[in-house]
Formats: sequence, structure tokens, C-alpha cells
Amino acid sequence: MPPNFSRGHFLKNSMDLLIFQAPILIVQASMDGILIGTLFALIAYGMALQWGVMNIINIAQGELVIMGGYVAYFMYMVGIHPAFGVIVSPIIMYFVGVGLYKLVINKVVDRDLFISILATFGISILTQQLMNFIFGSDVVVAQSNFGTTMLFDNSVTLPNSKIFSAVVSIIFAIALVFYMKKSKLGRAIRATAQNARAAKILGVDTEKVYAATFGINAALCGVAGSLIAITFTLHPYVGLPYTVRSFMIVIVAGLGNLPAVAISGMGLGVFEEFADYILGTEFRIGAVFLLLVLILVYRRFKLSRKREYLK
Amino acid sequence: MNKLRKFILIFFSAIALILGSTSISFSKVVGDKIILGAAVSLTGKYSTNGKHTQNGYNMAVERINSMGGVKVGGKTYKFEIIYYDDESNSGRAAQLAERLIKQDGVHYMLGPYSSGLTKAMAPVTEENKIPMVEANGASRSLFTKGYKYLFAVLSPANQYLEVAIDLAVEKNGGKPVNIAMAFEQDAFSQDVRLGIVDAAKRTGSKIIIDDKLPKELNDMAATLAKVKATKPDVLVVSGHSKGALTAIRQIAEMKVDVPMLAMTHCDASKLAKQHGKNSEYALCAAQWHKELSYKDDYFGNGLKFDKDFNALYGYAPPYQAAESAAALLVYKDAFERANSTDKEKVRDALAKTDMETFYGNVKFGDGGQNTAKPMVLFQVRCEGDTCANKLVAPTKWASHKLVHPIPKWSER
Repeated sequence: MPPNFSRGHFLKNSMDLLIFQAPILIVQASMDGILIGTLFALIAYGMALQWGVMNIINIAQGELVIMGGYVAYFMYMVGIHPAFGVIVSPIIMYFVGVGLYKLVINKVVDRDLFISILATFGISILTQQLMNFIFGSDVVVAQSNFGTTMLFDNSVTLPNSKIFSAVVSIIFAIALVFYMKKSKLGRAIRATAQNARAAKILGVDTEKVYAATFGINAALCGVAGSLIAITFTLHPYVGLPYTVRSFMIVIVAGLGNLPAVAISGMGLGVFEEFADYILGTEFRIGAVFLLLVLILVYRRFKLSRKREYLK
Repeated sequence: MNKLRKFILIFFSAIALILGSTSISFSKVVGDKIILGAAVSLTGKYSTNGKHTQNGYNMAVERINSMGGVKVGGKTYKFEIIYYDDESNSGRAAQLAERLIKQDGVHYMLGPYSSGLTKAMAPVTEENKIPMVEANGASRSLFTKGYKYLFAVLSPANQYLEVAIDLAVEKNGGKPVNIAMAFEQDAFSQDVRLGIVDAAKRTGSKIIIDDKLPKELNDMAATLAKVKATKPDVLVVSGHSKGALTAIRQIAEMKVDVPMLAMTHCDASKLAKQHGKNSEYALCAAQWHKELSYKDDYFGNGLKFDKDFNALYGYAPPYQAAESAAALLVYKDAFERANSTDKEKVRDALAKTDMETFYGNVKFGDGGQNTAKPMVLFQVRCEGDTCANKLVAPTKWASHKLVHPIPKWSER
């Protein structure tokens, strides 16, 4: 029989594989999705925070992530274990973030959304080229040598580097929630997010709050970046997918709602894995975008019904 | 104020005019120099390979000039190259091709780095009837458009991994094999895929996984889980450096056992260095390897080229540099056979090229692709902690025997 290369054939095959031949793949897909989703949720949380407080959509989010990754890679190159990047990278990236705020962002905070998108787009191009200039255009990886956890008689494999990423992401997210609730700066940030003018009148130095918020966002990107250095690959030009994905998670979850960000991050991760198994890898990213469109349409639909009700 | 502005305007127009007119006289041949034009990626995402390309060109120019130059019509000429940086951007590459031809009056072009940029430049050179010898655009679609002025010294992309399938069938006792494959969705990788599909049809082999990886993707876990569940005989992966590095990382992490793993871009991604032992036994396609026994008068052989290149630039030449150097040898040969600097005559001489270089034999097919040189395969092998690429196929030049099947992860 001649081999069959048609799409329908593969679709039937992949469903067959997933449901009958190797149902264990469902476990594998779910675990992979949750672990990656947690990491994306961390990046998205930074974006949501900074979007909520400053009303800025940061197109350079992905570049901040990659820059954080290069910090870990640099440590790896000089002989330090790249996992320590999750401590060093946020510290460095915090100052990078504050620096960027002082240089560019503070000039666009109260302006039109379009201007801030343009400004951060500029930052994104500039950082890409700078990273290319400093680190070269080669694709690089940092080795963690963490090994692998095998489950169910070796049929489900979980790379320890991914488990490490998820755990670190969760720790940082929880720490941040506490910080926002308990600390003075956290309260000031929340107050500014609710009403910047009122906060200013009541004595909050909003300028400082904005700088700190952008710094915290960059620090979160730094953590995520150093995790990406040990789980995936780094390259000066691969930032955009991280921006797009965190944007999507924030759109789905809404601003300033950490549990929703975490759930939508993991949900998207799992959805992506299953789309990969069932539709094929080429539709993986397409499926996520389709989902985004459906969610936006649904939201609009709900909104219009509400308006009618108000009438 | 107005006067000053007028003066500045006239001043700059005059300069522009002078520059313009000199560059027109600054055409194909100036004095004893034959001017070649090239746009290479010195910045942007291809800058590493763009640099390799430029180094290969420069080394060959120096070598040819110092060894007597090019003899045309009883006169000796030297090569000189005008470079521009295409910023790894195909729009820019097409613009620069226009500029080289229209403003700088270049009559002979060298190729840029990558299939995408070559595809952008080829229509321009074709329209202006300017011959282009290129060394870094392997995409099959370059050679099916009926271009008359495009010549590639390298093997087309669909040939990259066909050999691997033949090898797998041979190792399987001549019986068809089951193939799993994952290719990035770009022109080059999809051409490699077509080659595999052809090889599968030819050998009666079955393709059981055929994943196309989106460009943004740096996670192959789902594909590899499918591979684990279906146990193919061969896994083929092609997705530039990112694909190669991601595949090796995740195959090692997920302990995926396959008898044969065939890939592209192991060289460009420094796979053996970056992943060390995890990359062992990966089978890689390459245009060239220094241990091949081809010879020429200018560089001697591959080993000598490797040594000289290392002395000049301080790193071992990847095949991108070797093929770029070979492009100049092809030009020199064509000029001397044409015995003229007329671009049409040079073009006809190029089409009749049949020569041996240190990089391999060069003979162009109707579409401009090199039909005389086979692809080679090497396998990553480790001694202690240092891993290197060892030549395993074709058997004629093999320095090491292919390890097949790949030992299971539990036994490594």
C-alpha cells in the first residue's frame, strides 16, 4: 500500500494515538502544559501588574525576558550554575527596568496608549539589536544537568528543569502577592492602580511607584528568562512570542487578578499541548490565536447584552 | 539664510553628481581589477553566518590575487569585492542588489547568506542579466524558476537528508522503515522535508509522524512524546540552530530512544559543544567536511583550507565559509575560460563549468544547482567529555563507522 500523506489521515491517526493506543499521552500533555503554563503565567503577571498600574502595554516584555535569560547564560559561561540566575537576574533586571522607566517610560505614562506601544516597540527593537551586538546572533542554551523525573513506568517523562521552573515561578508569584498586600510600597502600588490622582493627593509619590512597578515587572521577566535559559533556548530575536503569549493570558484573565492569571496561563499551556496532539504541531499557535478571538467575541457579546439591560 | 540653503543644496548636488558619475565608470572592470558585488548579513539575525560567508569570500580573493590573479585576454586581473550589509533583511537585500547593479555598475554578483535572501536578490540579478554565483542559498525553489543567471555551488536542500533514509533502509536489511519527522515551517526546512518524502516513496517507507513546527515555537515536547509512543526507526528534525538545539535538549530530557536521529544545522548551532554528551550519535547533514579528499591548486585540500582559515581568522571554518570560498574559484575559472569580461560570455562559461575544488566537484544543472557534489553525513561522537563531528557517510570518505542503532538512554 502506498503511504498516505493526506492531512485527514494524520488527524485520524493522532486521535487514535491519543485516545486508544497511548492514553498515557493525555497525562504527559497535561503535565507539560501545566508546567509551561506556570512559567508563562509569571511573565503575564508582570505584564498585568504594569498594565494595570501604568496603563502601558509593554511590547518589549519578551525582550526583557530574553535579556534576563542572557544574564543566566552569562553566569553559565563564567562557570556558575545557571539556576542561580533566578536570584541574580531579577536584581539586575530590576535596575534595567527602573533605568528604562527613567529614560523612556516616564515620558509616555500619561499619554495615549498608542504612544506607549510605539515607545515600547522601539525599546524592543533596540534591545534586540543590543543583545545581538553583545551576545551574537547564535542560538544558545545553558545546561542545568537537572535530569529527568520518570512516572508511570517511564512512560511519562518530566524534565526536572521544567519542574524547577514551575516551582520557582510559583514561589515568586506568592512572594509578590504577599509583598503587594503587606508592604508599604505594595499598598502604594495598589492605590495608584485604583486611582493615580487620588493617591497623589494623599501623598503617594506616584513617580516612584511607577518606577518601582516597571522595575518589578522587569525583575519578574528576569526570573522567567533565566528559567527559559535552562528549559528552552535563547536568541536575541525570540522575545516576541513571549510578549504575545503574556498579552493573551492577560486579555483572558483581566488585570490585577493573580489566580485568574495563573489559571489562564496553565489553561492555555494545556490547551496548546492538546491542540498540538490533535490538530498537529503546525496549528498549535494558530489554535491559541483562534481561542483568543473566540474569547474576545464572547466578551463583546456579554458586554452588549449588559448594555441592553442597562437601557 | 536662503542663500546659505541654496549653497548647501548646490554643494551636495555637486558631490552627489561627482560620486554618481565616478560610480558609473567604477563598473565591472577598473584598471586591473574585476569588481564583484556582494550583500552579506553583517548585522541582524544572520550576522554569524554572514560573517562566515564574508570571511570565505575574502580569503579566496586574497588567495587568488596572490597566486597570479585572473588571466583574461592576455592581461592579469585581480578580484575586488564591494560589500554592503543587508541587515539580514530580504527587502534590504533586494534593494542592495539594485544598488550594486545600477549605481555601482557591478556586472558580477556573489550570493548573500541564506535561501531567503538569495530568493530576494535573484529576481533582480536575473532581470538585469547579471550572473550571480551563490554559495548559501540551498532552497529547491531557487532552481525551479528557470533562472538563467543563477549558479549555486552547493547541493539543493532536498538532498540534505535523503542519504540518511537510504542509510536507515540499508541498516534495516533493505526493508522499508518507519519515519517520524518534524520540520520548521520555512522554505529551507520544508525543502529538506520534500527530500525525505521523496526518499520515503522511493524506498516504500512509511511516514508515521509529520509535524510542522511554527517558527515561534521552541518546545518540541509534544512531537517527542508522540515519537516515544510510536517508536519509529528514524527521527528527522530540521529547524535551523534553534530546532537542532531544542531537539537535542528535549530528546535527552525526555529520554526518547530512536535507532537513528538525523538533523541539519549541527555545525552552525555548535551542537557538540553546547550539548556535549547529550548530542552524541546525532547524525548531521553537511555540505562539506574538511576530511573529504577533493583537491585544487589554490587551497590544496580540505585539511589545508581548515588550517589556513584557522590561521587567518582564528576559528575552524564551518561549511558556510568553505562553500563561499569555492564560489570565487568558480568565478575565476569561468573568466579564464570565457577569456573575456563580457557578462554574457562569462555567464555562458559559468553554465559550462565542470571542475574540482577543495570543496567538491562543481557542475551546474539546468536550474543552476550543483549536481556534481553529494551531501555528507557526520555523527557526533564523544571521547571523554569532548564531542566532535565524525564523517560517517558516504563510505568512500568515512573516517568513522556509523553507530547504529543509537544506544538506549538507560544504557548510556
